[in-house]
Amino acid sequence: MVTIYDGKPGLSRRELLKRGGIGALLVISGSAVISPEHAWGLETSALKPETMATLIQMARDIYPHDQVPDKYYAIAVKGHDEQAGKDAAYKTMIEDGIADLDKKSGDGGYRGLGWEEQRVAVLKQIEATPFFQAIRGGLVVSLYNQKEVWPIFGYEGESFSKGGYIARGFNDIEWL
Amino acid sequence: MATAFDLNNDGVVVIIGSGAGGGTLGNELAQKGVDVVILEAGARHEYEEFVNDEWDSFTQLAWKDKRTTSGDWRVAKDFPNLPAWIVKSVGGSTTHWAGASLRFQEHEFKTLSTYGKLEGANLLDWPITLAEMEPYYAKAEAKMGVTGTNDWPRLPGNNNFKVLKAGADKLGYKECHTGNMAINSVERDDRLSCQQTGFCFQGCKWGAKWSTLYTEIPKGEATGHLEVRPNAMAIKINHDASGKVTGVVYADKDGKLQEQKARIVAVAGNSIESPRLLLNSSSGKFPDGLANSSGQVGKNYMRHTTGSVYAIFDKPVHMYRGTTMAGIIRDEARHDPSRGFVGGYEFETLSLGLPFMAAFLDPGAWGRSFTTALDHYDHMAGLWIVGEDMPRAENRITLHADMMDEHGMPIADVHFDDHPNDTAMRNHAYKQASALYAAVGATRTFPTPPYPSTHNLGTNRMSEKAADGVVNKHGQTHDIKNLFVSDGSQFTTGAAENPTLTIVSLAIRQADYIAAQMSAKTI
Ligand SMILES: Cc1cc2nc3c(=O)[nH]c(=O)nc-3n(C[C@H](O)[C@H](O)[C@H](O)COP(=O)(O)OP(=O)(O)OC[C@H]3O[C@@H](n4cnc5c(N)ncnc54)[C@H](O)[C@@H]3O)c2cc1C
Ligand code: SF4
Repeated sequence: MVTIYDGKPGLSRRELLKRGGIGALLVISGSAVISPEHAWGLETSALKPETMATLIQMARDIYPHDQVPDKYYAIAVKGHDEQAGKDAAYKTMIEDGIADLDKKSGDGGYRGLGWEEQRVAVLKQIEATPFFQAIRGGLVVSLYNQKEVWPIFGYEGESFSKGGYIARGFNDIEWL
Repeated sequence: MATAFDLNNDGVVVIIGSGAGGGTLGNELAQKGVDVVILEAGARHEYEEFVNDEWDSFTQLAWKDKRTTSGDWRVAKDFPNLPAWIVKSVGGSTTHWAGASLRFQEHEFKTLSTYGKLEGANLLDWPITLAEMEPYYAKAEAKMGVTGTNDWPRLPGNNNFKVLKAGADKLGYKECHTGNMAINSVERDDRLSCQQTGFCFQGCKWGAKWSTLYTEIPKGEATGHLEVRPNAMAIKINHDASGKVTGVVYADKDGKLQEQKARIVAVAGNSIESPRLLLNSSSGKFPDGLANSSGQVGKNYMRHTTGSVYAIFDKPVHMYRGTTMAGIIRDEARHDPSRGFVGGYEFETLSLGLPFMAAFLDPGAWGRSFTTALDHYDHMAGLWIVGEDMPRAENRITLHADMMDEHGMPIADVHFDDHPNDTAMRNHAYKQASALYAAVGATRTFPTPPYPSTHNLGTNRMSEKAADGVVNKHGQTHDIKNLFVSDGSQFTTGAAENPTLTIVSLAIRQADYIAAQMSAKTI
């Protein structure tokens, strides 16, 4: 089971400092990935929380949208934890895939690479693997199909209940 | 309660599929007092149940049974098990369709004579002419409420159309308007007019867009002569020793096999399923499948030369508001080989919501080049290219050698290679569309590859001679008098226009023929 919880992650700033987590975007605590800045956390049950943190970074590097907070990338990849809980072979594919990604990234691992270009260069090396394809293929639906991200892109979604756009700007373009 | 016919009633006409072809034929026959059973593989969802959500709607309505693909088309790589984006539901793909309803041009019924022999293309003239089709086109337009005909006004243009029109004007295109759409521009036929909700591809929740689901089918049912049996997947058509078809074996909602006896069988499962069913009905007498003495069943699969062009502007567009196919440019639809290809194409506005845009803009792509396109989703305009593609014998539907569906019926494999003419046409259209958007100030354009096929045609084609095709000019199979084909698989060639108006017109015409033959007791 994966739970994403909003609100205080339950770690004080001091505790975070102690864990050496400050400065990093995501913090691993027990079985959870925590975003202290944005007060949300993701608990994993099948995958290692470090794996989940790397998946979140990887998701952002595959479909980078600087205006989309990490939380939505976390929601987009949490299905892999659920799948890994049901399917041992799947779990191995993900864990091995991430381990391989870390190995290819040098000492600090994938998340240790500071620039997106550096991480993308590593992703390019594994682009053809079933692991990468599974992550990217799932993500194109699980990221963009979240109703909460649509407004960020200016997509208004469902319109029937509002009476369509007949009186809400279907032809309001002014700059032509 | 709608009528229910007995399985052993061998006086009924059994139609397979309730979409544009089957739904129309069923109602037309019922209106003439002929008893009809429509077997429909999908469930029945009335329009109130449709959802304004791309993936949820896809899950509700689309044909998702596994198919395989081969060939050099990009769909085979990006969507290997989804060659076509069509529907499995009562109403068929007329639930999903956009509503563009165009007549073919005269020369498009005579492609072999007009274009001449083309290497690698299996061109053939239709056994009918535009003049013969005109009265039926008129009937279909009246039935469907096509805008710009019968004094019905055209729809108002939305933002996406306005961008298209501005570009068309700059490029000097002359014939650009909001189309001939089977969408009510005024209240008629007890249905509302278009509310510009922008989810035409997800089924029109207002019922403003014509679909057999809430026009032909209830009208037919009201006569007491039509039964639509949902969740009934036809698997095999049976015949007697003389070669006449006698009934249809189908899997019912519980997966149990039933046989509905029939006086006449009409196949209208769309151009992948119709040949699949004929091929799967092979027997000792017809070892290559029913109506296949010509060997043409499943061949000449066409999907229109398509592609999209999306463009980003420095100011907002909100293309997704209002009708999905909100306008058309027809200037390139002419046959003019000086452009480097035969036949022509149409430009029609198109918009996808964010979820589908992400999936279809450049399937498989990732990284900033891709995501910066989506970042400007609300600044995007878009159009779809639909042009005539070349029939090729190798482009075909076959039964998979070892993969079966849940009923033990071999699944369909769809093979497609572009003809060089298709590629030349698509490239021409990409160039024109990019220039069009650049003329209105686009900062970036995206020549977007074809989606899984929404137009599927030609796999049981119509021909004058029995050796060249599967059916005659009435959609009656050359080989079996009481077996008909009633969908787009009859098309001899594809023309530049969206196919449904022609499918509906042919179904109206076929109903006249079937009823006359029944009265004359020739079938
Ligand atoms: C997104 C989209 C947009 C489109 N826009 C346009 C447009 O603007 N203009 C236009 O002209 N066309 C458009 N089309 C195409 C149009 O929908 C089709 O051309 C038309 O519906 C085809 O009619 P048909 O009768 O051949 O098949 P369909 O309408 O697809 O109906 C076939 C039916 O048969 C059923 N069936 C199949 N096999 C079996 C079986 N073995 N047993 C029982 N039932 C079976 C299916 O479930 C289905 O319901 C669009 C299509 C899509 C998907
Ligand atoms: S835009 Fe018009 S036709 Fe399309 S779904 Fe909405 S009301 Fe129906």
